[in-house]
Amino acid sequence: MFRLTWRSLLARKARLAMSTLAIVLGIGFLGGVLTFSSGLSTTFTGIIEGSTSDALVRPAGTASFEAVGAGSTATVSPDEVAALEALPEVARADGSVDGLGLYVLDPDDKLVGTGGAPTLAFNYAASPNMAGEPILELDGGRWPEADDEVALDTAAADNAGYELGDRVTVIPPGIDGSGPITRELELVGLAGFNGGAGTAGSTLVIFSTDGAQAMFLGGADVFTSVTLTAADGVTQAELVEAAGAALPAGYEAVTGDEVAEESQSAVGEFLGFIDIFLGTFAVIAVIVGGFIIANTFSILVAQRVRELALLRALGASRVQVRRSVLLEAGLTALVGSTLGLVLGLGLARGLAVLFGSFGLEINGAVLTLTPATVAAAYVVGLGVTLLSAYLPARRASRVAPVAAMREDTATPEQGLGRRTAVGVVLLVLGAGAAGAGVVGAPGNDALWIGAGAVVWVLTAAAISPVLGRPVLLGARRVFSAVFGTTGRLAGDNALRNPRRTGATASALMIGLTLVSAVGVLAASMAASTDKLVDDQFEADFLVQSPVFGSFPVAIGDQMAQVDGVAVLARQQGVLATVGDDEEPTYIVASDDAFGDVYDLTVTEGAAQPGAGQAVVSADTATERDLEVGSTLELGFPGADPVEVEVAGIIDDTPVAGPVNVGFDVLEEAGVRRVDTTLSVNTEPGSSSERVQAVQDELDEIVADLPIVAVQDKEEFADSITAQINQLLYIVYGLLALSVVIAVIGIVNTLSLSVLERTREIGLLRAVGLSRPRLRRMVTLESVTISLMGAVLGLALGLVIGVLLQRSLREDLSELALPWTSLVVFLAVSVLFGVVASILPAIRASRMNVLEAIATE
Amino acid sequence: MRTPAPRCQTRSMPETSTPEPRTAPRTEPAASARALTKVYGADQAQVRALDGVDVDLQRGEFTAIMGPSGSGKSTLMHCLAALDTPTSGEVVVDGTALGGLKDKDLTTLRREKVGFVFQAFNLIPTLTARENILLPLDLAGRKPDQEWFDEVVDAVGLRPRLGHRPSEMSGGQQQRVACARALVSRPAIVFADEPTGNLDSTSSAEVLGFLRRSVDELAQTVVMVTHDPVAASYTDRILFLADGRIVDELREPDRESVLERMGRLQTPAVPPQAG
Ligand SMILES: Nc1ncnc2c1ncn2[C@@H]1O[C@H](COP(=O)(O)OP(=O)(O)OP(=O)(O)O)[C@@H](O)[C@H]1O
Ligand SMILES: [Mg+2]
Repeated sequence: MFRLTWRSLLARKARLAMSTLAIVLGIGFLGGVLTFSSGLSTTFTGIIEGSTSDALVRPAGTASFEAVGAGSTATVSPDEVAALEALPEVARADGSVDGLGLYVLDPDDKLVGTGGAPTLAFNYAASPNMAGEPILELDGGRWPEADDEVALDTAAADNAGYELGDRVTVIPPGIDGSGPITRELELVGLAGFNGGAGTAGSTLVIFSTDGAQAMFLGGADVFTSVTLTAADGVTQAELVEAAGAALPAGYEAVTGDEVAEESQSAVGEFLGFIDIFLGTFAVIAVIVGGFIIANTFSILVAQRVRELALLRALGASRVQVRRSVLLEAGLTALVGSTLGLVLGLGLARGLAVLFGSFGLEINGAVLTLTPATVAAAYVVGLGVTLLSAYLPARRASRVAPVAAMREDTATPEQGLGRRTAVGVVLLVLGAGAAGAGVVGAPGNDALWIGAGAVVWVLTAAAISPVLGRPVLLGARRVFSAVFGTTGRLAGDNALRNPRRTGATASALMIGLTLVSAVGVLAASMAASTDKLVDDQFEADFLVQSPVFGSFPVAIGDQMAQVDGVAVLARQQGVLATVGDDEEPTYIVASDDAFGDVYDLTVTEGAAQPGAGQAVVSADTATERDLEVGSTLELGFPGADPVEVEVAGIIDDTPVAGPVNVGFDVLEEAGVRRVDTTLSVNTEPGSSSERVQAVQDELDEIVADLPIVAVQDKEEFADSITAQINQLLYIVYGLLALSVVIAVIGIVNTLSLSVLERTREIGLLRAVGLSRPRLRRMVTLESVTISLMGAVLGLALGLVIGVLLQRSLREDLSELALPWTSLVVFLAVSVLFGVVASILPAIRASRMNVLEAIATE
Repeated sequence: MRTPAPRCQTRSMPETSTPEPRTAPRTEPAASARALTKVYGADQAQVRALDGVDVDLQRGEFTAIMGPSGSGKSTLMHCLAALDTPTSGEVVVDGTALGGLKDKDLTTLRREKVGFVFQAFNLIPTLTARENILLPLDLAGRKPDQEWFDEVVDAVGLRPRLGHRPSEMSGGQQQRVACARALVSRPAIVFADEPTGNLDSTSSAEVLGFLRRSVDELAQTVVMVTHDPVAASYTDRILFLADGRIVDELREPDRESVLERMGRLQTPAVPPQAG
């Protein structure tokens, strides 16, 4: 039997190549995602373990803040460092200066490393990591010595276009709010973390100790933390224990393992999100691939009915027949999965480039196939293929031996009645689930709707021969009106095997359902944002960092001087733990001018906090049971908790935080003053030219500072829409692969159909169908299939998208339907249909008329 | 049940005469071939399917081509019908020389001047009988001549079946639909390759009777390949092929004379049929 399978595989290699391609792409995507994510985690693990010392002495309570980069002003003196070093368990103690809020500009004054990965600025110390190796390695030049010297990580310097000896422009955090906003430093060294694993997109800015102290600590000879290296034979726990004797006030000692674990778990959350995000698309691609495989095998089995019947007549058992089909599928899967893994390596590199463009650069060397990835690829590839081929194989085994004698080889399709009945019931059930989500059944609404959507999509795929029939009939009518007989024949062909057409179109439908649902959500998100901005944006201009960072107060100082500026309100977002919370929350500190710009709706008490007071949002008040006069404890890293009195409760608004305090609270907690948002109003009644002139002047101030942007209402709304769109395009891009797989499915079905209709095509050619019109006929059939998939998918996605918006209406207040996009998707689907038909059409038109007629 | 038909023979030795100039369309043959050779394969495996065939097929005549299996009957027909290109030699269909014509022109020629009936699988399964009959006209974008359509449909006796699909018709009915399709565009010549090969004697008689009538009453030109002496006896003239050459000719045949001539050619009386 094996030989027979092998022969049959070889004989059909062209036909199978296409379904193999579906496996290759699906597994390729999966393998790529797995490889990329394991590479990403290898990178982070390497960096974390390679850059952590035996123990760390840091401001108490830093743990929860560290991952998000909140700063503290607590310091350690050199004497205290020396005291730690003097302990017998301590081999060496190195005072570190960790700087926050520093930005590096490239020679064109653009930010280096904008992608969200942090800029890590610190002093160079030769302290070793847990493994006893140096944490940092020099790739070129030397370590900085003078105050105005700096070393950068090699990748950042390359990206920015800096070479050794160049002057590097940086924006210091601006401690005192005075002085020049930018500084120039000489690049004397290129460095990287030990082991060359890269920096995962972070920018390393390395100073001499004096330089770092001058830059971040106002020149005081102090440190922000201390790294400890254990003496020989001393464990990390013993080291931490011993350090307890010499701890500076407000500081704690933690083991390197603990620090690494904290960092791992902080990164793990982010990595987990990326895994799920990418994994979702990989799973979709694999499912779509499964549809294609199932369809291909169905067609192949249908076309081989005679051969299979002959086998049965010659004495092959049902089991043998079924096994031979499954064996064929298994061999296809092995080949496909293997090629898929190779493709996956390439795709992982592509993903690395994509993420690199968002600032998360990872070294290509870590993108290798792990045993787990290889195993997963083969298991999924074989599993999905065998599962998909099972039904066709079962059908094959049911072929009666007598079919060998029958004239017509095509088995008639069974009625779709039962399938439709079951399908309708399932559609109703799906509607029930989705409905439960909309009316707010217990549990997560979106989850209910999601469950309903999955049921819908799968059911729609199963009964697509029925659901899609109106589309097919419509297409046939239009095509026969426009293209005459050719169009009519194409429409008939698409209608001839409803299951085949349905299964082929379903693969496309899945992708387009997601595309259109996501499109509805994105459009609604953009519309909701627009409305929100319209309602809430009361300032003439907003000054913010496009990278959501903070900027020196000097900028606000200069802007306040601009002629025509009437009010300038400052806000600083800070992370703090509220009440007994473990996790920090973003709270907002603002000045009194804030109340002059924004008209907040006060529920109770005052709109603006006075000294030692806070104004909380209504939600926060309900959640935490607060009323005017209650006290609230705010925790900041490295400082004693600050108690504030609730002075007022305001309606929730995006311009204020859940907790709003005055700058005095930050001062008390020792939080460094920077700004995160400036709201600027011109004098009331200013002409639009005047307003424009003010904006020009404000722009002038930040012209060389890419960390700050001045936006009016429209620009602000546009910038948010642009962010939504960027995400949308990424999602579209990732969905594109499953659409490509679906297109391959169309190619496959068409090729097989063309082959099956060889005689018919020969006859048409004999009675006068020209080659171009034959090609057009195949193309129109293809377009019909893709139209069916597109129409079903877009309609389903539209419904699902609207339901999701309904359930999320608290955040997505506006419903917007992206009609233009939907029309574009429809047009693109038609285009895909045309593209899918190119090969089969050429093949059909190349058929020799005589041979076609002679074909058995 | 054969009606003797008027036989318009305008020439006595058509095989040896040179092609008539195009200025004499009345007497010009519907199709003719000169020194037609078709070679399949190369070197040792070479087969000369046609070996210098000269033939003229006169208008308004019903011609049969007979010969043992593998003698080149189908090949000859395919070459004459612009379905295949000969290795050498010349084919003229209704005054048009086929040599050097592009695929596009050959397609048009087939559509306008040639009709076909194959042994099996003549119809497009998705189309009704009426649509199948009108297919060549539809493809050509031509309006059917309603009178002629009615005449043809009535001649094949298919009027009640026009709305049926091929799967709802018997083999004989399907072949008659195919005949009607071959005739509906008033082609210069109709080629039928064993049109009754798959039919029982009653259905065969229906189809053959129709082809005969189309020659007698509708003044069409029909060429038919057959192995069946009874089928051949419906025709005006039989060409005998052997090893790619025309070896004999019989006019106004009947069953006995066909059998006798076939015997003389030392071939099995009823050779096994081949598609
Ligand atoms: N495509 C081809 N390739 C190679 N040889 C061919 C091809 N078609 C036909 N032949 C050969 O040419 C010769 C004539 O074939 P043809 O089909 O014309 O015979 P025929 O007289 O129609 O036979 P039958 O009565 O069996 O239909 C045969 O020897 C056949 O093997
Ligand atoms: Mg033949």
